[in-house]
Amino acid sequence: MADQTMSGADALGGVDRIRENYLAMARTRRLYGGLMLVVFIALMASGFIVADERNAGGFWDGVLNIFDFPAEVLSEAREKIANLPGLMVKFLPSLVETLNIAAASTLLGAVAAVILSLLSTRGLARYPALIGVFRRIMDVMRAIPEIVIALVLIFVLGGGPVPAMIAIAFHTAGALGKLFSEVNENASLKPLEGLESVGATWPQRMWLGVIPQVAPNYLSYALLRFEINIRASAILGFVGSGGIGYDLRNAFSWGQGRYDEVAAIFLLLFLTIVFFDQTSSHYRNKLVGRV
Amino acid sequence: MAMAEAARAPADLKAQALRLFARKRLLSFGAPAAILAYFVYVFFAFDIPGLAERARMDNAAILVSDAYSYKTHITHDNRNGGLTMAVEGENKGTYPKGMIPDFVTMTGEDAARIALPDGYAAEIEGSTLRFDVPDYGRIVVRVEGRDIELDLPTETTPDWISASSSRVDITTPGGRAIVTRARTEVYRYRFGWELFWFTLDSPFYGKSVGELASLAVSDQQVRPGVGNLAAMAHDFWNNAMWRHKDVLWAIFETILMAFLGTMGAALVALPLAFVAAANFSRFASARFLMRRFFDFVRGVDGLIWTIILSRAFGPGPMTGALAILITDTGSFGKMFSEALENVDDKQIEGVQSTGAKPLQRYRFGVIPQLTPILLSQVLYYLESNTRSATVIGAITGGGIGLLLTQAIITQKDWEEVSYYIVLIVLMVMFMDWLSGVLRRRLITGGGEK
Repeated sequence: MADQTMSGADALGGVDRIRENYLAMARTRRLYGGLMLVVFIALMASGFIVADERNAGGFWDGVLNIFDFPAEVLSEAREKIANLPGLMVKFLPSLVETLNIAAASTLLGAVAAVILSLLSTRGLARYPALIGVFRRIMDVMRAIPEIVIALVLIFVLGGGPVPAMIAIAFHTAGALGKLFSEVNENASLKPLEGLESVGATWPQRMWLGVIPQVAPNYLSYALLRFEINIRASAILGFVGSGGIGYDLRNAFSWGQGRYDEVAAIFLLLFLTIVFFDQTSSHYRNKLVGRV
Repeated sequence: MAMAEAARAPADLKAQALRLFARKRLLSFGAPAAILAYFVYVFFAFDIPGLAERARMDNAAILVSDAYSYKTHITHDNRNGGLTMAVEGENKGTYPKGMIPDFVTMTGEDAARIALPDGYAAEIEGSTLRFDVPDYGRIVVRVEGRDIELDLPTETTPDWISASSSRVDITTPGGRAIVTRARTEVYRYRFGWELFWFTLDSPFYGKSVGELASLAVSDQQVRPGVGNLAAMAHDFWNNAMWRHKDVLWAIFETILMAFLGTMGAALVALPLAFVAAANFSRFASARFLMRRFFDFVRGVDGLIWTIILSRAFGPGPMTGALAILITDTGSFGKMFSEALENVDDKQIEGVQSTGAKPLQRYRFGVIPQLTPILLSQVLYYLESNTRSATVIGAITGGGIGLLLTQAIITQKDWEEVSYYIVLIVLMVMFMDWLSGVLRRRLITGGGEK
């Protein structure tokens, strides 16, 4: 920048030069943009080819059959449509278990996340030297997919909702912790100073000075996480923990003849997810003051 | 009038403030109480008291000790004779003829002395096992016809020995020995992941880093016709015990699933988002339908899409990529259309005033405003989908998720499980880092911050 603001002696030549520079820059920009587009397209295309090769069934065969399975399920469900309400009632307890896993793990994870995030925010941390350590801990917690912990815990604790709950809570603590600490950074430090001046301890300062400022944002993130965790707990059920995912796998691996159950579970899951999506987005908007 | 109002106001205010306080107090005590009550309910609904019974702490012990140590099996075949030594008792880890572990001394054709840590020692002679325990004495186990005889230095059998006429199992901190009619076997535990670099059949097995480095630069070819470094790479890559090749391919497949799925979803969702955005789509019915379509695709969970697609495409990375693509089309469509509704009209008008056609208006008036938002969301999803791809791989059968579930189902290769877990964590952290770098590069357009 500095070398362009020279004396006005050769202003005319300067303008020409600036224009040339600008055009050259625009050209390189376009070139880079074009190159990136080419690289991106090449990546997508080669990735597609590799994925297609390594898949058991090819893409082009599969595309034609994509509606076969839903059609089978639907036709069987239509035949036994009278069963559906009964089946939905039958699977309600499993659905409640799935929701319980999601809710309990969100609560546990959020509590851990609050503590971790307070410990890893500059200005709030109890041990400022350890901020980096707590951040790395959260990174690792976030990086471990739920299924890893769930599968290992199923081996130790046996099947059931507890492995899924612990696994999801662990991941939630890391994911929410990061979001919470971003919220914390915007919190005003003045209430903290006030509290400190009257001799409040660290937990008191956090509880009375920080939490009330950030609670709406915390809640909003936690609600979003709850939505995500419902899906996660359904999936973990499918690989061996309890809940509706487990029933789905049983009905699904039974194959034809139980597709009415598959349909009922699909429907229950769909309705639940849509319901919680809508409710939570409504309350989230209310919490952060958007319309 | 005015005076009456003024008199009422403070009283009102006070009442209002009191009501507020009461509500606050209720909330600050009620909310924790409600959460606590919920946990009490969950405690019983999840049968946590019964968990202690069901929990297999012995499994946990196996898991932890296997994760950082390995065992070498010294086995005598009591039916056909012959002594074999194998890492983890696996075929792939069997010591070839003429090669024995450093803690074994052969004392005869079918006899070997095995040095165990902490002063323990074992000796196999034919089918007979002699096991020396410090401060206890020598245990002798013999296979006599159909029975197994146990000779102890004490009258009572200690609790670390389980014995019956068909099986004797000695578990000590120094090692483990099992004698059945079929075989006499000693396990020796050691710290580390054995054979991680080279298997026993490789000429590079057991060499130190220094030796390997000097081999790598020396002209003497260990395997004629192949450079030493290439031979090392080949032996490592094709390691039958740890299957580095398959593992790396699986990681690549998982990342591929996430990449194809995320980018594909963004490409599909972008044009659809224009239809769903109020300021770009003139037909309210089309808008409504598109939004319901997004809701539907998001509502039918990734799990259900995965199941449906795995029926059509079979196991593999393509199925996973498509499942991610379909689910995220809904999320992206919703987010993109919201972003589109928030674009600044002034820039579009400016472009329009130069005589730009509609397509040019989108290209120069809308896309530049949108790119940072879109890119940051897409990159964020790329990272989170790497994790989803692991889970989807476990369901459909592809990528590192499949390897992980397989290794866990066999319930013995815990060192492989921990290897995979480390790799998964590194993979996700790498994608996290990569998406962060790209986000900074592409959005702030330069190196600063």
